[in-house]
Amino acid sequence: MTDATAVPTKSKSELAIIIAGVARDPLGLMGLIIVGAIVFSAIFASWIVPYDPVAMNIQDRMQGPSAAYLLGTDQLGRDTFSRVIMGGQVALKVALPAIFGAMAIGLTLGTIAGYGPKWLDNFLMLLFDTIRSFPTVMFALAVVALVGPSLQTVVFVVMATSIPTYGRVARTQTLTLRNSEFILAERAMGASMARILGVHMLPNIIGVLAVLVAMDNPTVIALEAGLSFLGLGVKPPTPSWGALLKDGYALIRQTPWLVVGGGLPIVIATLGFTFLGESLRDVVDPKLRKNR
Amino acid sequence: MLKFTLKRFALAALILVVAVTIMFLMIRAVPGDPVSIMLGPRATPELKERLIAEMALDQSIPKQLLLFFGGLLRGDLGVDVFSGRAVSEIVFEQLPHTLKLIFSAIAWSAILGIALGCYAAAHPNTWIDRVTATLSVSCIAAPAFVVALLSLLIFAVQLQWFPAIGVGEGFWDTAWHLVLPSFAIGLSWVGYIARLVRASMLEVMGESHIRTARAFGLSERRIISVYALRIAILPVVTVIGVGMGFLLSSAVFTEIVFARPGLGKLVIDSITTRNYPIVMGAVLVSTGLFVVSTALADLINALLDPRARTAT
Repeated sequence: MTDATAVPTKSKSELAIIIAGVARDPLGLMGLIIVGAIVFSAIFASWIVPYDPVAMNIQDRMQGPSAAYLLGTDQLGRDTFSRVIMGGQVALKVALPAIFGAMAIGLTLGTIAGYGPKWLDNFLMLLFDTIRSFPTVMFALAVVALVGPSLQTVVFVVMATSIPTYGRVARTQTLTLRNSEFILAERAMGASMARILGVHMLPNIIGVLAVLVAMDNPTVIALEAGLSFLGLGVKPPTPSWGALLKDGYALIRQTPWLVVGGGLPIVIATLGFTFLGESLRDVVDPKLRKNR
Repeated sequence: MLKFTLKRFALAALILVVAVTIMFLMIRAVPGDPVSIMLGPRATPELKERLIAEMALDQSIPKQLLLFFGGLLRGDLGVDVFSGRAVSEIVFEQLPHTLKLIFSAIAWSAILGIALGCYAAAHPNTWIDRVTATLSVSCIAAPAFVVALLSLLIFAVQLQWFPAIGVGEGFWDTAWHLVLPSFAIGLSWVGYIARLVRASMLEVMGESHIRTARAFGLSERRIISVYALRIAILPVVTVIGVGMGFLLSSAVFTEIVFARPGLGKLVIDSITTRNYPIVMGAVLVSTGLFVVSTALADLINALLDPRARTAT
């Protein structure tokens, strides 16, 4: 029992150290605050929104910001602020499963590539290189053209296109670790491959991947918003930042507020995740810090 | 160098083959009969039969794949279901618009990024260096289509300084129409390139041939712009080559926002009319472009830096 409680406390303190490190850097602190605010507003979205985000109120259509409607209303009289908050929930609903799915699959394939036989490594690398050779949006459009637009399609596309990135990093880490002494010792003791990879390799790879997750988030959010903007992502009337921009683009000559309301959250969210990712990278692994 | 070139192009060719196979299998993996999906609601029995014969759908899958590759080698990407024109003809008609947009974007952002990077490297840790660094990170994050929309709103709709749609006619008009779209695509690259140049410039400035140049009494400005920049610019070449896919993706959105003709508009229009051969043709051409530009970037890098030749 004491053992079971001791382990979480230790990892908690490590987490606390990392968070303290990020918070010392002004940009990192800003990123932490922005990401925290987005996650908070996404979780409690239903309590925060002043209006039902899909309820129409034609009388108040296309208004500018006011005390009643903080960011104005759209062409159907729906409250933009409520749609922005709900849109954050949709963005995270796409980003989180896609990124963690990609991380899990990429991690598995990458460790297998790094630890397994050479031919398997070559094969997986060729597969990764090929998937990366499709321009992301073009690949997304091809998939949407074939299976039709939906939230699941977006999640699939994001997952498929980010697996190679995680896979490559996991492979490189595994390659550098596979001949280290503690792994050789495990092998000499006759540990199974599953045990070596799962118990001994994994903790050494996951830190680097966590940094990638934060860095990857802006790309994913932008892709979801982009596809929804083209009308090929999340279907209406689901509020999404991209869908807001789509409406705003159609009405750009009538009201500027929809484009502003849909565009600013994306800019702020990408900024937050980038700042957080950069500073997380500096704290977790100073070796990765190249460009400064 | 010859060996490296051959190896690199063999890899590029292999990647293309696998990419085409994946695309091909993806089309076949879609549930339902591909002809009805391709033709959509407009399918008549005659059209269906014609397409089945054209795509050799009555043959086995491996044979279909072989025929598909055979067609590709002859530059045949299939036929547009509606107009009956060759897909390759339609795609290559739109490609120049997209390339013009991409190259103008990368040109202005590379020039500005390199200048900023050099300046920051020459004055490290001053306030202007720090401002550049922060701005770089901020701009890297901004997705091109949001920048495109916001700049469309501000500069075309509200201020009306620039045209909102189309590509224009004649040199000056074309250039004028390019300003906002290439601003939107290039913005995230300025900061990225500036950071890259600054880092590699600081590295190069410590090398002995620069010290020699200093000892000869050359001015700092001349050392940076003539001797150091030549080497410090290398990573930029690689990054642009590898970033081609990213540039193509940004171009798709920007073309839609500014209603410009090009690959992006072609693909989106073809998706709404369910014109699959065109979608697939455009995706294949853009993938080919990306693979070739990545290979070229590797080659240029190897040509300028012999150490890179052993990497692959």
